[in-house]
Amino acid sequence: MAREKSSFIRWIQSGKVNKRLCMITFMLFPLTLLVVFTYIPFLKMFQFSFYEMKYIGDREFVGWENYLEVFTREDCFQALKLSLYYIVASFIQLALALWFASILSFKTRGGGIFKGFMFFPYLVCGIAVGFIFKFFYTRGFVLDTILQWIGFNLDNLPYWLRDRSVNNISLAASSIWRYMGQNMVLFIGAIMSVDSTLYEAAAIDGANGWAKFRYIIFPSIKTIIVLNMILAISGSLSVFEPPYVITGGSFGTGTYFVVMNELAHESQKVGLASAMAIVLLGLIFIATMIQKFVEAYFLGTNGKEAIRYVRKQKKIEAQHAAQAAKGGR
Amino acid sequence: MAKAKRIIWTVIKYFTLVLGAFISVLPVVVCVITAFKTPEEYASTNVMTMPQNWTYFTNFIEAWKQANMLLAFRNSLIILVCVLIGSILTGTMLAYVLNRFDFVGNGLIRNLFLFASLLPGIAMQVTVYQIMYTLGWINSLPGYIVLMCGTDVMSIYIFIQFFENLPTSLDESAIMEGCTYFGVFFRILLPLLKPAIITVMILKGVGTYNEYYTANLYLQDKNRYVTVATSLFKFTGPLGNQYNYICAGVIITMVPALIIFILCQKQIYSGLAQGAVKG
Repeated sequence: MAREKSSFIRWIQSGKVNKRLCMITFMLFPLTLLVVFTYIPFLKMFQFSFYEMKYIGDREFVGWENYLEVFTREDCFQALKLSLYYIVASFIQLALALWFASILSFKTRGGGIFKGFMFFPYLVCGIAVGFIFKFFYTRGFVLDTILQWIGFNLDNLPYWLRDRSVNNISLAASSIWRYMGQNMVLFIGAIMSVDSTLYEAAAIDGANGWAKFRYIIFPSIKTIIVLNMILAISGSLSVFEPPYVITGGSFGTGTYFVVMNELAHESQKVGLASAMAIVLLGLIFIATMIQKFVEAYFLGTNGKEAIRYVRKQKKIEAQHAAQAAKGGR
Repeated sequence: MAKAKRIIWTVIKYFTLVLGAFISVLPVVVCVITAFKTPEEYASTNVMTMPQNWTYFTNFIEAWKQANMLLAFRNSLIILVCVLIGSILTGTMLAYVLNRFDFVGNGLIRNLFLFASLLPGIAMQVTVYQIMYTLGWINSLPGYIVLMCGTDVMSIYIFIQFFENLPTSLDESAIMEGCTYFGVFFRILLPLLKPAIITVMILKGVGTYNEYYTANLYLQDKNRYVTVATSLFKFTGPLGNQYNYICAGVIITMVPALIIFILCQKQIYSGLAQGAVKG
């Protein structure tokens, strides 16, 4: 018995078997999670989108009806228009982040404190942000008080969260407040990874701030900026938290996902919500494809040169060849 | 001329910095101010007026009791510890296999995870909810923990990146000396992964502690499974206008994040930057 056991152990420990065993046990749990919480739900979403159903009870096959409804209902596809506010906001956010990152990457008095203050909002949890801004925007409270100090009259100020002409801007602003610091930290990281001798050389050459930004900082963090701009677009399509925690989607602030969440978990129109999810997944997928293309075209991926650069090189080579041919004659 | 230009530049620089920092802290500072006001004071003074008494802690005590914060902190701590251990183990193990072993399907698995990262979480919850329901994991801490362990691509990438910088000769010599592959992973590689583990711990930890939407969806029984993030939900109902309590509650939930932030600022910054490179 003991011998058998030891031979079994030896078999387990022999290279190939041991390797297989290790691979299987190590991948079992992560892959199960991936299948159960990502791919099964993903397939089910396709299935559900063709049914009229609740989470429990009977379901009825309705074909493409849910998709038709997504495009025709007032509150579904229309909600995507709100994304424009958030796209604009995220570009403002990136610009601000870039500005502060370029300043804070160099010696600045109190730089660490400024950085910390601007970054901290990122660590505040979503619902707390919601309360903070409900309070901030309430009639006669924080924002109104400050504007009154500057000289505005309270009667001329809108209700920041109710007035349909401004409330989406208020919400988008809260999103800038929350995420600008995080963007800034990313940019600082990218700027810091630039070879510092470049800056020293530039300083010796007498380059001013703008020249430093234009010729050293910008080229070296171009990739991460483009990446963030495109992430901003797919992020704006799927905006959820600001309206969800601040207004709950009332007064015309319900973005696509807020509407979808309500349909799924409150009205229990699971089929319709699934169709909405699939439609948005399609849009995000398209945005990602465009991103991949832009990346390959302008920046190059996986060690391949950027397509634009390759073409330019080819053109130059062709010109050289032509000149050489001319010169030769 | 050059000097004037420099001075103007410096003024602009610090003006924007001060303005940026001011706007960043203002909403929070006003909350702190309000949290120290008595109900009468709150009703009668402007929000920007300082409280009379900075030692008036009744709001905090009241908010702590109302929102059941003791239970919330206990639950959040349990969730945090389990999720961190679970996701770091699964993440490092998967990264080890994907980085060290060449097998059919390696690329496929990487792509499956990459594709999964494109799917927005909120949309997925429409059907994940049904699965959680079928498994009987609504209102179940272990169920919620397993869901939150669901491997996120970013941490796997951070680990894979880190493995790439650990020479394979380490593994090989250990194998030659009779160590098993399990031994290589747990005894040799895992301790070396410490910096990457700290990065992932911070990123995942912040995410888990602040997670509101899924906690609200899957831990609906607020009397038993309230977390720090969802504890504030209590204030949305009839207490919706009592901002002196609400602000106190908000401050309480922010304190742990603030402490961690002050203690590990450097790691948080570098962790975020690392995650972004590949994320």
